[in-house]
Amino acid sequence: MNPIAALERLGHATLGSLALVGRMTIFALSAFSHILRPPFYPREIAMALLNIGWLSLPVVGLTAIFTGGALALQIYAGGSRFNAESVVPQIVAIGMVRELGPVLVGLMIAARVTSSIAAEIATMKVTEQIDALVTLSTHPVKYLIAPRVLAALVMVPFLVGVGDVIGIAGGYAVGVQNLGFNAAAYLQNTVDFLEMRDVVSSLAKGAAFGVIAALMGCYYGMESGRGAQGVGRATKGSVEAAAILILAANFVLTGVFFSL
Amino acid sequence: MIRMENIHKSFGNNHVLRGMTLEVEKGTSMVIIGGSGTGKSVALKIILGLIKPDSGRILVDGKDAATGDRDAFLARFGMLFQGGALFDSLSVWQNVAFRLLRGSLKRPPEEARAVAIEKLRRVGLKPEVADLFPAELSGGMQKRVGLARAIAAEPEIIFFDEPTTGLDPIMSGVINELIREIVVEMGATAITITHDMTSVRAIADNVAMLHDGVIKWTGPVSEMDNSGDPYLDQFIHGRAEGPIEAVR
Ligand SMILES: Nc1ncnc2c1ncn2[C@@H]1O[C@H](COP(=O)(O)OP(=O)(O)O)[C@@H](O)[C@H]1O
Ligand SMILES: [Mg+2]
Repeated sequence: MNPIAALERLGHATLGSLALVGRMTIFALSAFSHILRPPFYPREIAMALLNIGWLSLPVVGLTAIFTGGALALQIYAGGSRFNAESVVPQIVAIGMVRELGPVLVGLMIAARVTSSIAAEIATMKVTEQIDALVTLSTHPVKYLIAPRVLAALVMVPFLVGVGDVIGIAGGYAVGVQNLGFNAAAYLQNTVDFLEMRDVVSSLAKGAAFGVIAALMGCYYGMESGRGAQGVGRATKGSVEAAAILILAANFVLTGVFFSL
Repeated sequence: MIRMENIHKSFGNNHVLRGMTLEVEKGTSMVIIGGSGTGKSVALKIILGLIKPDSGRILVDGKDAATGDRDAFLARFGMLFQGGALFDSLSVWQNVAFRLLRGSLKRPPEEARAVAIEKLRRVGLKPEVADLFPAELSGGMQKRVGLARAIAAEPEIIFFDEPTTGLDPIMSGVINELIREIVVEMGATAITITHDMTSVRAIADNVAMLHDGVIKWTGPVSEMDNSGDPYLDQFIHGRAEGPIEAVR
């Protein structure tokens, strides 16, 4: 391939991704402006709170408890190489609250919520339900998207908080049952070691990841192509985009909270 | 009055509408016929602003539809989509009463439900259907629920995209009569897309035939049989031979 053509391709790809970021940003701004302006749809908001928050609890709890347990085992094994087994409670707490809690909950939400939002909205698009909404004087962004983004903004921090606690509990169970830690001392160490900043960063990440997860589901759903294939592509694209953006946002937020 | 003026619309290389011009007088019933895939559904969506034309204008009562208050504009319309387009997360009566349950036309739920059941009756559906979900209905029933939803708020202008496709002949007759009634009694302006020539004769004041992206023939339904237009003749008599190619 000659260099000019290569450069041209690179240029096209760059412009393409910039345009995508631009469209997503406009989409996000429109979603937020609709969250703030009436009319509001309480029934839609309640359904979204239920679906995104309450019904995600089992998967979040299971993810967190296994991760917390495995983390305790690894830290014990690693720490014992230089006589530092005793740091298990502190490192489990920090690891869960600062990183693993928000990231794993975010990724589970991308898998569970982003995919279902994208598939639902894409199907509505493909079957003309979105067109029907418009002709019934209802703004699709206000009716479909604003409630989901709002619910994710509220519920995902809550899920992350639950995940943090359950993850720490998983580490505690393994620590006390298998690794011979004293129960009261384990809890005391955990509580003493965690700072306000850890908790705030955890919940803030949850809010950011929730918004990303809901927005990507909605965006790819609304942009869906025609037919079953369109719905499939929209779902796949939404989960990929949500997962990558969540991990990237995590890196940025960790930088903001812990290296400044 | 609705006027489509020199509308062009392409999807990629697919040049669907190529200068479509059509006028529908207030309070009359226009039927658009034409082969499948000629752009009839696209034309209705362009009037509603669901699809943007590449060029051309839509005038409603002499005003450009692209300008002005979009909510007020849409509040005048009802539309039956070709696939029904029912909201599958809502029950049948909540679909029919959608407009009456929210927004500027909002009414108490019991009243909205009563209106929905009355509209369902008009399209030949029993009250028992009201609490079912769209996925529990047959295709023809879904179509009729879509029709009930389109007429629920008694709009001035109603579009019916293939209202009788998938219905048995008796039910088709019921729907044809209903559409006729809506135009005559409520004074609504209607545009109907259909392939069913019985429907055309039952519903239409005027007929327009869309072919190759333009209106090939338009006139009163009474002149349809003696138009002398080879395209229209081939279409209304369902002949395989003629100027319209069978492979498109
Ligand atoms: N949203 C769309 N994107 C791409 N092509 C479309 C879209 N809507 C319709 N078309 C194409 O436009 C043509 C006309 O479609 P349509 O208006 O549905 O036909 P019909 O006259 O049967 O109602 C078809 O070739 C169809 O594939
Ligand atoms: Mg059609």
